[in-house]
Amino acid sequence: MKRIGIDVGGTNTDAVLIDGETILSSIKVPTTQDVMSGVKAALAHVSGFVGPSDRAIDAVMIGTTHFTNAVVERARLERVAAIRIALPTGGSLPPMCDWPDDLRAAVDPMIFMVHGGHEYDGSPLVPMIPDEIREAAMKIRDAGITSVAISATFSPLTTECEVVAAEIVRSVIPNAKITLSHTLGRIGLLERENVALLNAALQSLGKTTVQAFSDALREADVTAPFYLTQNDGTVALADVAASNPVHSFASGPTNSMRGAAFLTGLTDAMVIDVGGTTSDIGCLVGGFPREANNIVHIGGVRTLFRMPDLLPIALGGGTIVDPETGKIGPRSVGYRILTEARVFGGKTLTTSDIAVAAGLIDMGDRDRVKDLDPAFVQASLERLGTMVADSFDRMKTSADDVSLIAVGGGAFLIPERITGASEVLRVENAGVANALGAAMAQVSGEVDRVFSGLSRDEALAKAETEAQDAAVASGASRQSLKTLEVEDIPIAYLPGGARRVRVRVIGDIAFV
Amino acid sequence: MLQEFAEENIEPLATGAWILGTGGGGNPYISTLNLRRLYAEGRRVQLMDPMALEDDDMVAVVSKMGAPLVGQERLGDPAHLARAVEVMEDYIGKPFRAIMSVEIGGSNALSSFLAAAMLGRPVVNADAMGRAYPEAQMTSFAIGNLPMFPLSLVDVRDNEVIVTRAASWKWMERISRKVCTEVGSTAATCKAPRTGREVKDWGIHYTVTKAVELGRTVIEARARHDDPVKAVLDHEGGKQLFLGKVIDVARETTGGFLRGSTLIEGIDADKGSRMELGFQNEWAVAFRDGQPVAMTPDLICLLDTISGSAIGTESVRYGQRVTVVALPAPELLTSPAGIAAVGPKAFGYDIDFTSVFS
Repeated sequence: MKRIGIDVGGTNTDAVLIDGETILSSIKVPTTQDVMSGVKAALAHVSGFVGPSDRAIDAVMIGTTHFTNAVVERARLERVAAIRIALPTGGSLPPMCDWPDDLRAAVDPMIFMVHGGHEYDGSPLVPMIPDEIREAAMKIRDAGITSVAISATFSPLTTECEVVAAEIVRSVIPNAKITLSHTLGRIGLLERENVALLNAALQSLGKTTVQAFSDALREADVTAPFYLTQNDGTVALADVAASNPVHSFASGPTNSMRGAAFLTGLTDAMVIDVGGTTSDIGCLVGGFPREANNIVHIGGVRTLFRMPDLLPIALGGGTIVDPETGKIGPRSVGYRILTEARVFGGKTLTTSDIAVAAGLIDMGDRDRVKDLDPAFVQASLERLGTMVADSFDRMKTSADDVSLIAVGGGAFLIPERITGASEVLRVENAGVANALGAAMAQVSGEVDRVFSGLSRDEALAKAETEAQDAAVASGASRQSLKTLEVEDIPIAYLPGGARRVRVRVIGDIAFV
Repeated sequence: MLQEFAEENIEPLATGAWILGTGGGGNPYISTLNLRRLYAEGRRVQLMDPMALEDDDMVAVVSKMGAPLVGQERLGDPAHLARAVEVMEDYIGKPFRAIMSVEIGGSNALSSFLAAAMLGRPVVNADAMGRAYPEAQMTSFAIGNLPMFPLSLVDVRDNEVIVTRAASWKWMERISRKVCTEVGSTAATCKAPRTGREVKDWGIHYTVTKAVELGRTVIEARARHDDPVKAVLDHEGGKQLFLGKVIDVARETTGGFLRGSTLIEGIDADKGSRMELGFQNEWAVAFRDGQPVAMTPDLICLLDTISGSAIGTESVRYGQRVTVVALPAPELLTSPAGIAAVGPKAFGYDIDFTSVFS
C-alpha cells in the first residue's frame, strides 16, 4: 500500500512516499509564505516516484501547524458565539472569562448563558428552556455570526442538552457551524468550553486549509483520499478534521514521535525532537505518544483534551552559547542560524558551532571554529548532555534505563551517552521523521466519561465498546482495533460507585 | 484591626492554600477566578485580626461542600455562598460581624473571601483546620467540643436547608452530607455560627496570612529560578521527607471518600528507597520502605519538584517528579483531643501518632 506523508512545519515542509514499510522517496523543502507552493513542490517531487499507475497512491496524510499558529498569532480567527447551558450554575464565570484579552478581542464573542444542563448522574440540573436558545440563536444570526460553540454541564456524560440546542440553533441559522463541547473535551466545564470555542474560531480556517490541500493534491494528480494527522498520532479524514481543527494542534511533535517509532521499530521509548530553538521530549507507549492528563495551555487558554505529554527544553541547533561562561541558552538565533552561526559566517557562537568543532557533524566552514579551546568544547558538550539528561529523567516513568531516540534537524546535538538511557539511537531519515509519522498514522476512538451504577468490569467493558464504535465512525476497520489505554479513577463523594473511565482504541484505516 | 486584602495577594493565597490542602480541598482555580472578577467589579475584602473580635460578635463559618469533580462542572457562584450566610442570619436573627473559612487548605480558603466580597463583611484571619480535612468533626471547633448546629445549606435551585440540631459532630456530618449528595454533591454551606470568644479560643489563627506568605514564597522563588521546594521548607520550618518519581497510584472510593495510595520511587539521595503515601482525600500517612515516617495531623504535602506547586490526590499521576515534605501542624491538632479527632486512627490507620518534628 502506497502512502504519502506530508508535514508542514514552521520552517520546512517534509514529504515522504512509502510503500508498505519501504521509503520510496523523501524530500524537505522550505515552507513558503503561502504554504501551498511548498506543499505542491514537495508533492510533485514524491509523486514522481509512484511508478506504474496500477500501484497508485492509496492515501495522503498531512500534518500541519496552521491551526496552532493561528491561535498563537491571534490571526485568521473568526467571530464566534458561545451558548452555555448551565444556569443557575456558573453565572459568575461566563464563557471566555479566563482568556487573554487579545485573543478574546480577536474572536470578538457573543456570549449567552441559558438554563439547563445535567448532573453527574444524568438527571437534569434544571429543565432547558428552548425559547432561551432560540432567542440567542436569533441574536447570533442577526449579528452575522455563523460559528457557534455550545457547552452544558456534565455534557460528556449526558449529551442531550448540547444536541437539542444544536438542532434549535440550526433551525434558526441553517448554515451554522456548530461545535459541541462534549465531542472535544473532558470533565471540566471551563476547559472543555475553551476547547470548543477555540475550535469554533478556527472553522473557516479549517475549511479553507483543507480546500487548499485538496487543490494542491488535484494539481499533482493525486486522487487518493486525504487525512489530517491528529494530536494523538492518528488521522481523521480531511473533511472530518476540518470541523475539528483543535485535534490537529500538536500534530507536529506527535508525528515526529510516531516517525521515530517507525524508523527504529521501537514502540516503547523516549523521543527527543531537536529543532532550531527548542526540543521536545516525549514518551512513546505502544508506539503512540503518552497523553497529557492535565491542563495544557494553548495560546494562553486553559484546555484539557487529547494532547501528547511533551516537555519542551530551550535547546536547539541555534541555541546561543556564551563564549565566556559557556552557558547554553535559553536564547537562540532561531531561523537566522544560516547567517548568524559562526560556521555559516556569522558572529554568534551556537550549539551547532560546538557540534562542528567537536566533529559531531560536518556543516558550514569548519575552519571558522578551529580557534575554540577543545576543553571549552568538551565542557559545553557535557553541559548540553546534562540538560538533556535532566529533562529526559523528568519524563521517564520507569526506573529502568530506556532507549532515547533523537530525531529532528538538530539530532546531532544529542550525546552518545545520556544518564538513564540504555542507548541513544539516531536514525537515517531522522530529518523527515515527521512526514513518516504522518504517513504511518492509524485511526483511533476514545471515551472519557463517568460511569455510575455499574461494576468496575462492566464500566470498563462499556467504555471499550463505545471507544470501538467511535473509532469505526472515524474510519477504522473494526477487525484491526486494539485497545491502547485503559484508565479508571473512582470519584470521591459520589455515590453509586461512580468512576471516570478513559479508554482509547486504535486501528488501521478501513479502505473501501 | 481591619486591613484591606490586596488584589495581588489573591494568587499567593490560592497557591499557598493549595499546598496547605495537603492533597485535598480541591484546586482553588475556579474560586480564584471568581474572586478576581469580584475585585475587577471594584469589590474589596477587609481582613480582620481574630483578636479584634468582641466576645459576643457572631462569625459565619462558610464552606463549599461536595465532590471537587462536581465543582469543575457546576462552577461555584459567590452568590450562593453569600446566600448561605444570609439564610443563617435570618435563622439565628443576629447579623454576622465577620466571615471565616472552615479550612485554609484548598479552594475553601477563598470561600470566605467570596462571601465577604458579596456581603461587604470582613474575613477573619483564621480557619478551623489550619489545613484541609474531609469531615465536619475534624475541625478545631469540634476538638473544642463547641456546638455543631445549626447549619445552613444552599443549592443553586432555590433549595435551602437548615439542620437545626444534630446529636454530635459526626451526626451533623452524616446529615449534611446526605443533603449535599441529594442536590448533586455540591452545595454552599454556613456551619454552626461562632461567637468572637469561640473564634479567639478555638480558631486556628492567622492562617490566611500564613497561606499568602507561603504562596508568595513559592511564586517569588520560581521567578528567581530558585528551588521553590526549598523555599517552602525554609519558610515553614518544614522537613523534606522524600525526593522521587510517582510510579503507581491506586484509588478507590469507599464511604464517599477517595482513598488509596501513591507509590514514589526515590531518586538522588533517596535512590533505592520507596515512599508510599496513603490518602483519604488528603495525604494521611507517609511510609518509607514500609515504616510510617510522617502522619496526620502533621501536614504531608506532595509538591512538584520543579515548580513547587501542590499536587492533589485526585491529580497525582504516574511519572510526576515529586518532593514529599512535612510541615508542622497547628498545636491544637497535636493535643490529645486533636489526635483523637484527626490523628492516624481517625483515618483507619492503627498507628500511634508521632510527629516528624518531635
